[in-house]
Amino acid sequence: MRVDPSNPKDENRDRFVLSKGHASAGLYATLAERGFIPVEDLKGFRKLDSYLQGHPDMKKIAGVDMTTGSLGQGLSTANGMALSAKLDKKDFRVYCALGDGEIQEGEVWEAAMSAGHYKLDNLCVIVDNNNLQIDGTVDKVMSPYPIVEKFKSFGFHTIEIDGHDFEQIIKAFDEAKTVKGKPTAIIAKTVKGKGVSFMENQGSWHGKAPNEEELAQAMKDLM
Amino acid sequence: MDKDTKIATRQSFGEALKELGEKNGKIVVLDADLAGATKTNIFGKAFPDRFFDMGIAEQDMIGTAAGLASCGKIPYAASFAAFATGRSYDQIRSSVCYPKANVKICGTHAGVTVGEDGATHQMLEDLSLMRGLPNMTVICPSDDTQTRWAVEEVSKFEGPVYLRLSRAATPVIYDAGTKFEIGKMVQFGEGTKATVFATGAVVSESLKAQEILAEEGIDIRVVDVHTIKPIDREMIIKCAKETDKLISIEDHSIIGGLGSAIAEVLADECPKKLVRMGMKDEFGKSGKAMQLLEYFGLVSKNIVEEVKR
Repeated sequence: MRVDPSNPKDENRDRFVLSKGHASAGLYATLAERGFIPVEDLKGFRKLDSYLQGHPDMKKIAGVDMTTGSLGQGLSTANGMALSAKLDKKDFRVYCALGDGEIQEGEVWEAAMSAGHYKLDNLCVIVDNNNLQIDGTVDKVMSPYPIVEKFKSFGFHTIEIDGHDFEQIIKAFDEAKTVKGKPTAIIAKTVKGKGVSFMENQGSWHGKAPNEEELAQAMKDLM
Repeated sequence: MDKDTKIATRQSFGEALKELGEKNGKIVVLDADLAGATKTNIFGKAFPDRFFDMGIAEQDMIGTAAGLASCGKIPYAASFAAFATGRSYDQIRSSVCYPKANVKICGTHAGVTVGEDGATHQMLEDLSLMRGLPNMTVICPSDDTQTRWAVEEVSKFEGPVYLRLSRAATPVIYDAGTKFEIGKMVQFGEGTKATVFATGAVVSESLKAQEILAEEGIDIRVVDVHTIKPIDREMIIKCAKETDKLISIEDHSIIGGLGSAIAEVLADECPKKLVRMGMKDEFGKSGKAMQLLEYFGLVSKNIVEEVKR
């Protein structure tokens, strides 16, 4: 992404909307690695005296382009940014990450219709398809499948990848940049808690932190 | 517009929006398939590049407006009040009010004065919904002049606004070009028998009641509450002290709207009885606008009775 941590409000920066705002821990860690926020601040995550709210807050956190938390709203806001770029003839791109459970929200499909209708080729959607949501597996709770065909029929160029394979991820983003006249949706197959023995494919790790013992085990698994 | 002519505030809104678009290139307008009725089509015709019809998808409209605002645009998002605020309440709460997005939400066809469309389309809870949201400014103009002022005025500050507008044509109350101040009520007369606080479409009915009562030697004052939030606390306290009786009237539920806002200030500052006229925890029905105001007891005759009671 074209971003500059020393100028987080640059008008021409690429935008990122984490529509599945509950994955804020991952976003904050990324922003810290990239130099938007100090790494030591991560310890304050979800605590009273910290600016790192449970869900991303654009007014408090450098590098957060949109406040999210209530599911289903991020794609509409990303569309607004993409429309604004078109109006101003700016070449920034807008990225929006959706959860596969989140796309059960009706607004996502209103927004998908709108992105296709307005031919937002400066927009790239990523669906994190880990097949888990709070009440169980996505297909059992309320199946959104087939996801790829749905986005196709709403006028998207679609790319399917293994969401853990960096080469595939980079290739998909590069491909999205070349698509003209329509938005792109990357459907990324992922495994929740990938690489951590006791977390893999466990829906219960949707939004909680490990204790000391679990943390030690997780770090061992990932090394 | 000449005084005593009648014009709907949605019409004034549509015309004012186009004028604002001429002055300010940042203004963009969104609608949800009701551009002919909300009158945003006037702007749409003049500035097609800056007008977005979002289809029948109010939630997406509000979210898109928030995204446009984050990039420096000043979006006015319009639909009928019922759908602009009710259908998309969570979008307004999370994507507009919490991040203080510079989105102006314009709800036309508020209240029973919608008329024939009936209960589903007669929004009676929008003031209540919007007033409860942090960071939101709530404005409900009473006539053409005030609407034109409000449309431009809200573009001058950064932050969420709810503009409540009506379908039915109502009399022009103020001279063209009159300036108002957000959060400052307008007082008509110095009468001490009663204060009638009114907002939007029923301000003209209140002024009519004031005339009728004056002929009988009963002097009341009417206060036009064009800004529901922030509410003008000083004016409420002043009128509570200076007048015998307090009445509020609105084309809205008596729960959560103008009456409630005034009652809150009275409870805080100077406890006094307040008669809240408005819709009594009920839905509207089909009919002509004026017939409905009469049916639900929201016309000058009812105000006169209430003052004399």
